Amino acid sequence: MSRLGLLALQLLVAVVAIALWQFFATVPVFGRILLPPFFFSNPADVSAQVVKWFTTGSIWKHLAITLWESILAFTIGSFGGVLVGFWFARKPLVAAVFDPYVKMANALPRVVLAPIFTLWLGLGIWSKVALGVTLVFFIVFFNVYQGVKEVSPVVRDNARMLGMSERQLMRHVYWPSALSWMFSSLHTSVGFAVVGAVVGEYLGSAAGLGYLIQQAEGIFDVAGVFAGMFVLSAFVILIDICVTLVERRLLVWRPDAADGR
Amino acid sequence: MTQSTAAAVSLDGTTVAFRLAGGRTYTAVETADLAVADGEFVAIVGPTGCGKSTLLNVAAGLLKPAAGHVRIFGQPLAGLNRDAGYLFQADALFPWKTALENVAIGLEVAGTPSAEATAKAQQWLTSVGLGAFGNRYPHMLSGGQRKRVGLAQVLIRNPRIILMDEPFGPLDAQTRQIMGNLLLDLWNADRKAVLFVTHDLEEAIALADRVVIMSAGPASRIIGDWRVTLPRPRDIFEVRMKHEFHELHREIWQTLKAEVEKTYKQAEAV
Repeated sequence: MSRLGLLALQLLVAVVAIALWQFFATVPVFGRILLPPFFFSNPADVSAQVVKWFTTGSIWKHLAITLWESILAFTIGSFGGVLVGFWFARKPLVAAVFDPYVKMANALPRVVLAPIFTLWLGLGIWSKVALGVTLVFFIVFFNVYQGVKEVSPVVRDNARMLGMSERQLMRHVYWPSALSWMFSSLHTSVGFAVVGAVVGEYLGSAAGLGYLIQQAEGIFDVAGVFAGMFVLSAFVILIDICVTLVERRLLVWRPDAADGR
Repeated sequence: MTQSTAAAVSLDGTTVAFRLAGGRTYTAVETADLAVADGEFVAIVGPTGCGKSTLLNVAAGLLKPAAGHVRIFGQPLAGLNRDAGYLFQADALFPWKTALENVAIGLEVAGTPSAEATAKAQQWLTSVGLGAFGNRYPHMLSGGQRKRVGLAQVLIRNPRIILMDEPFGPLDAQTRQIMGNLLLDLWNADRKAVLFVTHDLEEAIALADRVVIMSAGPASRIIGDWRVTLPRPRDIFEVRMKHEFHELHREIWQTLKAEVEKTYKQAEAV
């Protein structure tokens, strides 16, 4: 299948789905409308809402805030994950002592933490950042930990025979290996940073995409909810494309980097 | 013993044992005595699993013997063997570094300025025939090319002892011969002490000054030591045609065959 053909088929799926939605939401079948507008809205209204957001420019503020929260959550979570991952991997005793607590904290559904963060950090962006951090941290942490642990013993022995000190081993062997594991989970961790931001906004905030969706829901504005969802999806896809580009640059040395995942 | 007469590597009654799960110990090598003179090319041959690589790891300082002494140029070995370069059987290149960076790293960690290390690395890549492949990553190279990079990576540090663990094992027959000749050419330029482990008797005779045979494991020991008097420089393709080569091969094979058969019997019994 050629690239163009594939793209055409992918577009076809969207066109058919939207056409069916529009049809069943506006044309009565056997005297009934199968998708009542109150519950399902329709594509025309939804796109009108999206266009209105962008033409009035009111959406940019919300997008910027969600983006900023995601970036902060990703940066802080990754930093902490790398630090703790390295520390645990190099000090097995520390890892063994904290192991049950790490598992416990990771098993906890993060949504229940959101009210506590709001209580501690207020309604501003930091409570959302904190929620994102708890998600990103564990993904990065586990990957870095694994990356340091799984350095091939032959490569490590080779490095030592080439005269590397403990610090040089860190820089030339453990660090690149850990980074490669971290980058291979980049899609997941960036995705979770956005999830943390949006869920946090949804549960209580004054701005952001999550807030927009929550507000629309509050007044039964289904078109607004769908519009918010579409903007959010497009936003996530754009971020994912950026991640793919970054990943291709950083992981050129990996045989499977060309596949993008 | 003075520096000049001391053997490059000398193993004295070396026994290597591993602790198994359940508290039992497994003796891999039993009281091995082996000396490699400076400038001498010694090959160790033995059936699979006889502890050849174990012995090499002891000489490298990666493994501590349970008993016996290891001396490097007369000095007892403590910790890693800083005089040795080690070419591993498995791929040991850093996958996140290009071929050039892989070769230069040995000098860089020793404090050589980066520009100088890179220039030297480029020379070494050229002398192993990969001058144009410096910016390739290991996964973009063939198995034989990776071994060439590995060889340059070890030799650029100018080690006084070179340890090689079946370095050409995973390669196909033709590539092995080409790599063997390359190794001999490079070694001929400034003869270092070489300890070369292989399961291929022909390769051992073609390359080495001495061929040492180990018995089947566990608790394998050194059971034979032959001097190869074939003239140097040698060509691996041609040396195999010589009468002397065949005589020696037949003689050593008599000893080795019994050990190989033992290994197979053990495998069947399990």
